[in-house]
Amino acid sequence: MNSDKKVISVRNLFKKFGSFTANDDLSFDVYKGEIFGFLGANGAGKTTAMKILCGLSYPTSGEIMVAGLDVYKQREELKRNIGYMSQKFSLYEDLTVFENIRFYAGIYGMSSKEIKSKSDDLLKKLDLVHVRNKRIGELPLGWKQKLAFSVAIFHNPEIVFLDEPTGGVDPVTRRQFWDLIYEASRNGITVFVTTHYMDEAEYCNRVSIMVDGRIEALDTPEGLKNKYDAKDMDEVFLQLARTSTYQE
Amino acid sequence: MNYNISINNLSKSYGDVPALKEINLNIESGELFGLIGPDGAGKTTLFRLLATLLVPDSGSATLCGFEMVKEYKHIRNILGYMPGKFSLYQDLTVLENLNFFATVFNTRIEDNMDMIHDIWVQIEPFKNRMAGKLSGGMKQKLALCCALIHQPKVLLLDEPTTGVDAVSRSEFWQMLKGLKAKGITIVVATPYMDEANLCERVALMQSGEILSLDSPSGIIANFEKDLYSIEANDTYQLLLDLRAYPFVNSVFLFGQSVHYTDVRNDVLLPDLKEYLKFKGQNNIEITQITAGIEDCFMALSQQNTVQE
Repeated sequence: MNSDKKVISVRNLFKKFGSFTANDDLSFDVYKGEIFGFLGANGAGKTTAMKILCGLSYPTSGEIMVAGLDVYKQREELKRNIGYMSQKFSLYEDLTVFENIRFYAGIYGMSSKEIKSKSDDLLKKLDLVHVRNKRIGELPLGWKQKLAFSVAIFHNPEIVFLDEPTGGVDPVTRRQFWDLIYEASRNGITVFVTTHYMDEAEYCNRVSIMVDGRIEALDTPEGLKNKYDAKDMDEVFLQLARTSTYQE
Repeated sequence: MNYNISINNLSKSYGDVPALKEINLNIESGELFGLIGPDGAGKTTLFRLLATLLVPDSGSATLCGFEMVKEYKHIRNILGYMPGKFSLYQDLTVLENLNFFATVFNTRIEDNMDMIHDIWVQIEPFKNRMAGKLSGGMKQKLALCCALIHQPKVLLLDEPTTGVDAVSRSEFWQMLKGLKAKGITIVVATPYMDEANLCERVALMQSGEILSLDSPSGIIANFEKDLYSIEANDTYQLLLDLRAYPFVNSVFLFGQSVHYTDVRNDVLLPDLKEYLKFKGQNNIEITQITAGIEDCFMALSQQNTVQE
């Protein structure tokens, strides 16, 4: 499943806002096809780091390569090689299912012909053929989330960033969503995901846990549970996050 | 039985979309009651009806003996409501917000400090900060203080822990236990199945209906099938193989294991293990386990889908 090819390489990443250090000397690698869980309490610095990796914000210092591209100098190219699904539902509610696919695929420069054939396959796979021309706003949240993920990887990026993709989703749909993640990973797409559901942390190949802007732990879920003598990831997370010294 | 909240055949639709379908529910005085369900289950609609912000299509409800529609003004005095969306004034400070809500209810912060003290001490250091500048966990604490400042008898909390990290979530439930000890009836909605265990009774909700209503242990006792936790080297492949097994009833991922039920009453474990070995699985471990709330919820919601 995992290869040796690094898709994300981060060395000594710092991000400062005035006197506040949001990312404090982060160093880690993520490999091709890996499902990498990026965990941390609210305010630990996850979103800040994710924005930098997506080319949306400059680091203060550090060497960072994503999909073989430099986050300082090759930002536009970088954006074309990644997919991103935000925590806030990001498809257009007043466009139809197909219009949304066409819109996003068009932004990534796919041809109409390619969009047509690939979207037919996708709608079949997601069982959404019958709602192809329905406005997204009318669909249940779980369907929308699965569609948003599929749209984020429609242009076959090297890596997809998922920011809390399953918040508020029912437990059956949450698992269907993870099916899609596993499938993408098998097809060689690297998945970088944040979540507050600790059972989902166990679905990842490796997990990092951020506390106060630093990565306090990074290992397989199994390795972390052994190291912290915990029965599940929830316990690991609570042990680490409680060491936070941030005074708001 | 003297119920604090009594709901009879309550229904509400938005246009053609039914949000709540003839709900019946009684909640006792001082109870910590959970509404467990995903987005779209009808939890927020139920809260808005009880908070007298919506009028039902049919059915009725009483809170502390007051009728929901006719006596809404009485209800508003005895009710604390914390909506799912942060609804305080972002451009007022922490203290200004609290003062505002105290004044609206014609009371003063000093007169009610005993009620909010334990929560207030945690946000007091930031009392002069704009509410919009607080972190998620702090906003939530402030919202709770504002909902409590008029000493309500009933507290409705709509997904107070959604999007909140595991540490703040466990702190929040500690606070609820403290409030329960003061005798307040608390109804809390959550999409997190694990939080069901922290309530005295829960209603599992989906698509505007109550799937099950019981204590968490009662719900678990009603799980009909034998449940097995199965582990192997490649979890995703294990999931796919089990789905293809001829006798599969349900199979769901749970962390690094898979929870499995069989259509047969007597599961032939050696047979199942052979099958998985044949499929190329290694280090197969099969253990019979007790169901959790999430197992129950998924089983009930699937039954429900089949019936529809």
